[in-house]
Amino acid sequence: MGFLRKLINRARVKSPYVFHFNSGSCNGCDIEIIAALMPRLDLERFGIKLVGSPRHADVMLCTGPVTEQIKPRLQRIYEQMAEPKFVVAIGSCACSGGVFRGSYNVLGGVDQAIPVTAYIPGCPPKPSAITYGAYKLLEVLSEQLGISEDVAAEPVAEEQTESIKEAVEA
Amino acid sequence: MTESDEPRIVIPPRVTIPIGPQHPALKEPGMFKLTVEGERIIDAEVNIGYNHRSIEKIAEGRTFLQVLYLAERICGICSATHNGTLAQAVEAAAEVEIPERAKFIRTLTWELERIHSHILWLGVAFHEVGFDTAFMYSWRDREVVMDLLETLSGNRVNYAMNTIGGVRRDVTDSLKETLLKGLDKLEERMKYYRDVAIYEKTFWNRVDGVGVLPNKIAKSHGAVGPTGRGSNVPTDVRFNDPTQAYVHLRDSGEFEMVLSDREDVAGRAIVRVVETIEAVRMCRWLLHNLPDGPIRERVRPRIQPNEVLARYEAPRGEVIHYLVTNGSDKPERWKVRAPTHANWVSMAYTLRGGYLADAPIILAAIDPCFSCTDRVVLVDAEDETIQLKPLDVLRAESNKWYESRT
Ligand code: SF4
Repeated sequence: MGFLRKLINRARVKSPYVFHFNSGSCNGCDIEIIAALMPRLDLERFGIKLVGSPRHADVMLCTGPVTEQIKPRLQRIYEQMAEPKFVVAIGSCACSGGVFRGSYNVLGGVDQAIPVTAYIPGCPPKPSAITYGAYKLLEVLSEQLGISEDVAAEPVAEEQTESIKEAVEA
Repeated sequence: MTESDEPRIVIPPRVTIPIGPQHPALKEPGMFKLTVEGERIIDAEVNIGYNHRSIEKIAEGRTFLQVLYLAERICGICSATHNGTLAQAVEAAAEVEIPERAKFIRTLTWELERIHSHILWLGVAFHEVGFDTAFMYSWRDREVVMDLLETLSGNRVNYAMNTIGGVRRDVTDSLKETLLKGLDKLEERMKYYRDVAIYEKTFWNRVDGVGVLPNKIAKSHGAVGPTGRGSNVPTDVRFNDPTQAYVHLRDSGEFEMVLSDREDVAGRAIVRVVETIEAVRMCRWLLHNLPDGPIRERVRPRIQPNEVLARYEAPRGEVIHYLVTNGSDKPERWKVRAPTHANWVSMAYTLRGGYLADAPIILAAIDPCFSCTDRVVLVDAEDETIQLKPLDVLRAESNKWYESRT
């Protein structure tokens, strides 16, 4: 693998740009994604940044069971993303259709329309679950792209979490 | 240098700008066609329906208890609203009275939800005018009320607090202490945001005099909720036609409907912020006056034939659930009218004549929620022709579709 390719791959894993698409969800998942990006959990510390255009994005976050009307748009937007592209299905709806499964206007799951890389179940998944899912995806990606971390992430000590909590509360 | 004596007059061409269905400013898929002349919007057309999930049809095949959880998922932001209003409707159809304590806890969940929804709106409004610092601040403080809701109900978004005949979880004494403590903090922060919204020029200058909706138009176009109250239309189901514990809240005389006569986006913002502070006070009142007793009444699963209409003031305005029961354990027909549906009409009016740069905040000012609103309009994706289906044709077609599946 050339040096440049390695560098690009490293940049991809270290700062993936995500893009959020609502494929017919109930908003529950969407507000939790935003909550995950907000000060308390702050997904941006992993280098993840929310962008507004599919052309800039590496990862698409999909919420919702994909209604018939949104399906062609979803596919079109997926085609607009540059390679390599990954799709994360967030919420039970996006994973399998959830409560809306069996309705005449719902496909039942994002994977019925486009290929999906990761699934984060829950209705809605907690922001911490979304953060964990994003972290796992990055781990898998770095393995796939051949840039695994040599040093494992250090767990935070108990006293430290306390002080962080206090800082957040203050 | 050349100099011409006659000033040239340039007439800006009319351009139609489509926005959506995917757009960074919108969290939900909706499509707007704005016709602009230079910077001025001269016409606005709203195109929605991307979120239609046929919830009312699914509900006809499920039992009331199952529909309760489906109702919650109409909209994740006002989940307790739909859940509670449907429970109210079913109870009215079954002609049962629920215990007082259950009524208080139900109202408490509703008011906490109002706080979270309004802070969410405030954050989005700050974001739309480009004041991202306040956006982050308000969302950080929103986590306080999310935590309260989580300790109260066990979930952050879809609470599932209500059941037919009461509520599912009780408020213990220790929980009460936690809630009161959280409410104190919220009140303090909300007063701060009220001052930010009113005295901070960054925000105020962007909303002052923008998106004017005169009182008369608001009335004739049927605006509800903060959109209507921001234009001085006294519509608030909590005071006009109270149910549950709102009866006691109103009779206590401590609370009043929040109105503003500014008629612009600023007015709607003030109504929401002040209402949040009121909601905090209401929650505190509810907790202090919580009666003792059971939290749940048994209701038989089969509901006698009846036809009821339940109303409630959701964070965005009046929501109506119309329910027809037929003696079985499934609804015959269930119809939801969400507040955004009523506010659409007035929104096209407020957009007209405004500047293009103000469009996002005007759109955000009604706090649109498409997932509640989307109705069946068949749009052919290939040539974008729109075909409105009358109900009987649609019903025949959907029945055929269901038959072919079994
Ligand atoms: S998974 Fe739940 S919260 Fe998420 S979109 Fe579906 S119904 Fe809403």
